[in-house]
Amino acid sequence: MNIFLSDKNRLVQRIAHGFCEIEIQPIAGKIDKEAHFPWDVVKKMGELGYFGIQAPKSLGGAALDTVDYILIIEEISKSCAALGLCVAVHNSVALYPLLAFGSEEQKKKWAPQLTSGNKIGAFCLTEPNAGSDASGIESEAISKDRYYVINGSKAFVTNGGVAGIYLIFARTNPNNGNKGISVLIVERGTPGLIVGDLEELCGVRANPVSSVRLNDCEVPSQNLLGREGAGLSIGFAALDIGRIGIAAQAAGIARAALEEAIRYSKQRHQFGVPIAKHQALSMMIADMATKVDAARLMAYRAATLRDKGESFSQASAMAKLFSSEISSEVTDQALQIHGGYGYSKSYPVERYYRDARVTRIYEGTSEVHKMVIARGIMGN
Amino acid sequence: MNIIVCLKQVPDTETQISIAADGKSISTDNIKWVMNPYDEYAVEEALQIREKFGGEVTIVGVGPKRVTESIRTALAMGADKGILVDDQAIVGNDSLGTARVLTAVIKDLDYDIILCGKQGVDDDYGIVGSMLAEFLDIPQISIAVKLDISEDGSKVTVNREVEGGTFVIEAPLPALVTAQKGLNEPRYASLPGIMKAKKKPLDVKAIADLGLDAGSVGEAGAKIEIKEITLPKPRQAGKIVEGETPQEKAANLAKFLHEEAKIL
Repeated sequence: MNIFLSDKNRLVQRIAHGFCEIEIQPIAGKIDKEAHFPWDVVKKMGELGYFGIQAPKSLGGAALDTVDYILIIEEISKSCAALGLCVAVHNSVALYPLLAFGSEEQKKKWAPQLTSGNKIGAFCLTEPNAGSDASGIESEAISKDRYYVINGSKAFVTNGGVAGIYLIFARTNPNNGNKGISVLIVERGTPGLIVGDLEELCGVRANPVSSVRLNDCEVPSQNLLGREGAGLSIGFAALDIGRIGIAAQAAGIARAALEEAIRYSKQRHQFGVPIAKHQALSMMIADMATKVDAARLMAYRAATLRDKGESFSQASAMAKLFSSEISSEVTDQALQIHGGYGYSKSYPVERYYRDARVTRIYEGTSEVHKMVIARGIMGN
Repeated sequence: MNIIVCLKQVPDTETQISIAADGKSISTDNIKWVMNPYDEYAVEEALQIREKFGGEVTIVGVGPKRVTESIRTALAMGADKGILVDDQAIVGNDSLGTARVLTAVIKDLDYDIILCGKQGVDDDYGIVGSMLAEFLDIPQISIAVKLDISEDGSKVTVNREVEGGTFVIEAPLPALVTAQKGLNEPRYASLPGIMKAKKKPLDVKAIADLGLDAGSVGEAGAKIEIKEITLPKPRQAGKIVEGETPQEKAANLAKFLHEEAKIL
């Protein structure tokens, strides 16, 4: 694996690994059980640069590359998928659009708050009636004097319960289909921005995923990101990068499950030998390890393409599809290897199993990814 | 105030150690190498001293090339520069050989204090720091849990814990102090620190650059020889005390503790 990484990439990987092992791993089971967002750890991560991984130094970022970014997401997710998700979403779909499409004033105003981790970012695209089909967005932002008045409802907002800055996708033109959607930056505390109850999810439970409502929420016109109507192209550009992060997250969860399965299968004795000695199980572990390796390599490839300035959409879609699918398979097999104990909350594999499942759904379902990949190969 | 930290790389404590075919060394396949944990305290203390007094923190490591990874980690934590001695001649160094190499590097540097971990957590000799101080003819205080440098930078005061009490020891600078757990809480390297570390100088030196005789270090210069390494015996399976009722179980347990374990 390491032959594809630079010395600096490896240093990043090692340092992130060390931090996660000591600060995150020991609390991951507990914060999952209690659905608790660990602000204390998040504050530490903010001080160490984890919330501005690729942002330029001038805006308080660490100026690392995409490969560094996914190595970090993989390490955090290996310890705790919910925190991996928090950091991935913040860096890719919240901070990146501001850096790539924001004006100098907008960047100066909001980027340092995000890169320091003082404010967490959230990306509000999904609505009750618009998920895979983003063109179904119904939220409206009506231009009035020097303000936009936003009304609408957002669902499944990752980091929603704790975010300080929300990117809201809303229609600025009701008649212009896909080209009528824009992105507005809304700060927590703005009158009319209502953070709803937390979702009771099956996995990534330490992430405060919530609904968000906008009720005559007024923001100045300066909060428009990019130009009017550019919303979906900004969203898709962000998701291209976001997907590499989710690929890395899914690979990290799968790696954690694989390591637990190996450890357990060497300890557990049945029929007089460690269960690892039974061929049926050793074959499973060989398959799992091969899949995890392939998933990591695909994520590294997508990230490397981006760092080299080459087209990476297709590679990123393939990496996300493959990694999330095998993450479900590998965590399922790890649970199977643990037998009844795997199904028990006393062991961490059931958490990996639940956490892996959602990676096939968010930031584009597996089915949407197949559609995107097929279109890339065969044309429309 | 110029501070030197001696750094060793050791196998991660999570690593499953296996003995190599020669029976005298450990197999280095699949080992994850990390900075010696006691050296992390030394690095942190050095950074804190620099924050207070200014100056430079120099990390000195002794080969092989992979040690650069741990030196870079220390640079990412905030140290200013690194020196690695990497040379075929140092393979097989005992503690004395390592101390000789470190002496050759450090004697010509400008330093006020040298910090080492109290021991490497791999072979646990815990003597390199002392040997180095002797060779440099400077005071040494080992196993520090607290370290203070006087305002004028002329002396160091160290707390050293012993069974049931604490020694407070003072020495004039320059001096060498070895770090014990509890001295401080090492910081994590920050991500921006990694980018800065990339640009910091890390010199690699050979034995010849240091004017050392190759015969005085490595296997050739070693005063001791490892004859054999053995692993601890595997832990035996636990015993489950049988019995139909709690009373019967308790009676059987008492019988076992008395007759077999011979504790009662």
